[in-house]
Amino acid sequence: MNSHLILIIDDEVQIRKLLTITLHSHKFQVIEAASGKEGIALVSTKVPDLVLLDLGLPDESGHVILKHLREWYTNPIIIISVQTHEEDIIQALDNGANDYLVKPFRTGELLARIRSALRKAGGEPNISVAAFTDLSIDFANRIVKKNNIVVKLTATEYALLSLLARNDGKVLTHQYLLKQIWGSSHQNESQYLRVFIAQLRKKIESDPNRPSYINTESGIGYRFTGNKTLL
Amino acid sequence: MKQFLFKTDTQKQFIITITVVLSITVIALCLHHFIGYRVVAFMFLVGVSVLAMFLDIVPVLLAAFLSALIWDFFFIPPRFTITVGTPEDRLHLLMYFIVALINAVLTNKIRRMEKSIQDKDEKEKSVLFYNTLLNSLSHELRTPITTIIGSTDNLQANSNQLSEKDKVELISEISIAAIRLNQQVENLLNMSRLESGIIQIKKDWCDISDLVYKTLQRLDSNLAKYSVSVEISEQLPLFKLDFGLMEQVIFNLILNVTQHTPEGTRIIIQAECIHNKLMLSVTDNGNGFRENEIHRAFEKFYRLKGSPTGGTGLGLSIVKGFIEAHNGSITLENLSQGGSKFTILIPTEKSFVNGMHNE
Repeated sequence: MNSHLILIIDDEVQIRKLLTITLHSHKFQVIEAASGKEGIALVSTKVPDLVLLDLGLPDESGHVILKHLREWYTNPIIIISVQTHEEDIIQALDNGANDYLVKPFRTGELLARIRSALRKAGGEPNISVAAFTDLSIDFANRIVKKNNIVVKLTATEYALLSLLARNDGKVLTHQYLLKQIWGSSHQNESQYLRVFIAQLRKKIESDPNRPSYINTESGIGYRFTGNKTLL
Repeated sequence: MKQFLFKTDTQKQFIITITVVLSITVIALCLHHFIGYRVVAFMFLVGVSVLAMFLDIVPVLLAAFLSALIWDFFFIPPRFTITVGTPEDRLHLLMYFIVALINAVLTNKIRRMEKSIQDKDEKEKSVLFYNTLLNSLSHELRTPITTIIGSTDNLQANSNQLSEKDKVELISEISIAAIRLNQQVENLLNMSRLESGIIQIKKDWCDISDLVYKTLQRLDSNLAKYSVSVEISEQLPLFKLDFGLMEQVIFNLILNVTQHTPEGTRIIIQAECIHNKLMLSVTDNGNGFRENEIHRAFEKFYRLKGSPTGGTGLGLSIVKGFIEAHNGSITLENLSQGGSKFTILIPTEKSFVNGMHNE
C-alpha cells in the first residue's frame, strides 16, 4: 500500500542516509535535498507526498523554506530539528508544519508520525463515527462512549475532545486550542484549558495519570493519539 | 572603542579631581577665619587621600600638586601670593606636598597589588573549573563513545564469528551508550545555558499532577524496580511555571534518587500549596547522604563517594539553577527514619479555577 514519495531536506549526509535506509526498509520511495533551494526545486518538480524538513539548513532557515513551501504545497510537512526551544516548534506549527521531531529521535516514532500525517492527508472520509481502542465518538450525534458506556460531557468538554480527535496524531498548540474553543478574546486564559483537559482525562482515560489518548506535549500543547502504536 | 572608553574615563577622572580640590577650596575659604590656615592643609590631605582610593595615579598627583599650590596662594600668609612668609610655613608646605605624594603613590600601589591577587584568584578558579569539566567530560563522554566504536568494530570485522546472541547484545550496548551520551550532552547544554545566564523562563499555567506524571512516564525504564507513589491533592491549584524547565528538574531529581539508592527503594513525590508557594518534594527511604557531603550535593561536578558511573555531577546543580531561575529554593535533608528528602519551594502565581464547577 505504501510507495509514497518522501522528500528529505537535510544538510547532514549521515542523517539523510539513516532516514533513507529506514524509509526504504518500510517501502517508502525517497528523494533527498541537501539545501533549502534544492528542496524547493524538488518539491515543485516531483511533488512528494510528504516532506521531512530540517530547520537548521545552511542556505536559509527552515522557517523561511516552510513559509515558502506553504504558499502552494499542501501535502504534510514534518519538521526535524535539533532545537528543543518550544518557541521554535510553536512557530513552525503556526506556519503550517503538520508535526515535529526533535533530534535525536527513535525511528519508530518517525515512522508513526509519517504514517499518521499521510493518513490525514489521504483525506479520511467524512466519518461520522470514530472508533478507537475503548473509545468511540459519534460526531453526528455528539455521543462519546467509553467501553460502550455513554460518557456525559459538557459542551466545552465535547468541543475540546472532538477537535483533538478529529486531529488524531497531530499536535495542537495551546494557543490554537484556546482560540478554537474559547475564541480569540480568551487566548491568554490557558488555565481553563488545563482544567478541561484534566476533566476530560478523568472521563475518557482508563488511567488519567497515564493518558493514552490525550498526551501532553511539554510547553507546546496536546496531541490526541487514537492508535496505541504511537510513541 | 576601548581607547575611546579609556580616554573618556581619564577625562572624567581629571574633572573629578579638579571638582574635589576646588570644592575643598571654597569650603576652606568660608571656614578659614575660624579654623586657621594650617587646618586647611589637613582638609586638602583628606581630599587627596580619598581621591587616591578611587582614581589613577596621574589625577591624584595632579590633586596633590594643585592643592599645594592653592594652599600656598589662597591661605598661607601673605595671602594671594606665591611667596611663603615664614621658614616654618615653608617647611609646612614642603611636608604637605611630600605627605600628599606618598599617600597617592602608596595607595595606588596597594590597589594594584590587590587587583593582581584578585586576577590570579579568578584565573585559578576558572582553570580549576575547566580542569574538572574536562576530566569529567573525557571520562563520561569517552566511555559510551568507546562502547559504540568497539561494538561497531566487532560487528563489522568479526561478523562471521559472532553468534546471533552476541550481535543482539552488541547492538543493545550501542543503544544504551548512545542514550547515555545524549543524556550527558543534554546536561552539558543545560549547564552552559545556566552559566551563560541566557536562560529565559517562559511561565504558563501548569497542572502539577500532569507535570509529575508526564516526567515519570519518561523515567519508566529507570523506575521499573522502584516503588513510586505520587501524593497530590485534586484541590491543588494551578501554578505559573516553566513546564519544560520543571520537567527537567523533576527528571534529574528522580534520576538522582535511582542512582543513589538500592532497587526496591520507595520514592514519594508530594506537591502542596504552602503560604502562596508551591512546595514540591521527593522523598526516598534509601540510605541517605553522608552528613559531611550533604551540603555539597548541589555543587557543580561534585560526585558523592561511591557514586555509580554514568553521571557528570551536573544533574543536581542544574536542578538548583533552574529552581533559582524561578526565584525558588531547594533543600536536601536526611530523614531520622532513614532516607533523604529534597524540598523545593517556589513563590509564584496560582489559580484555583480547577476548584470551580463545570462551565
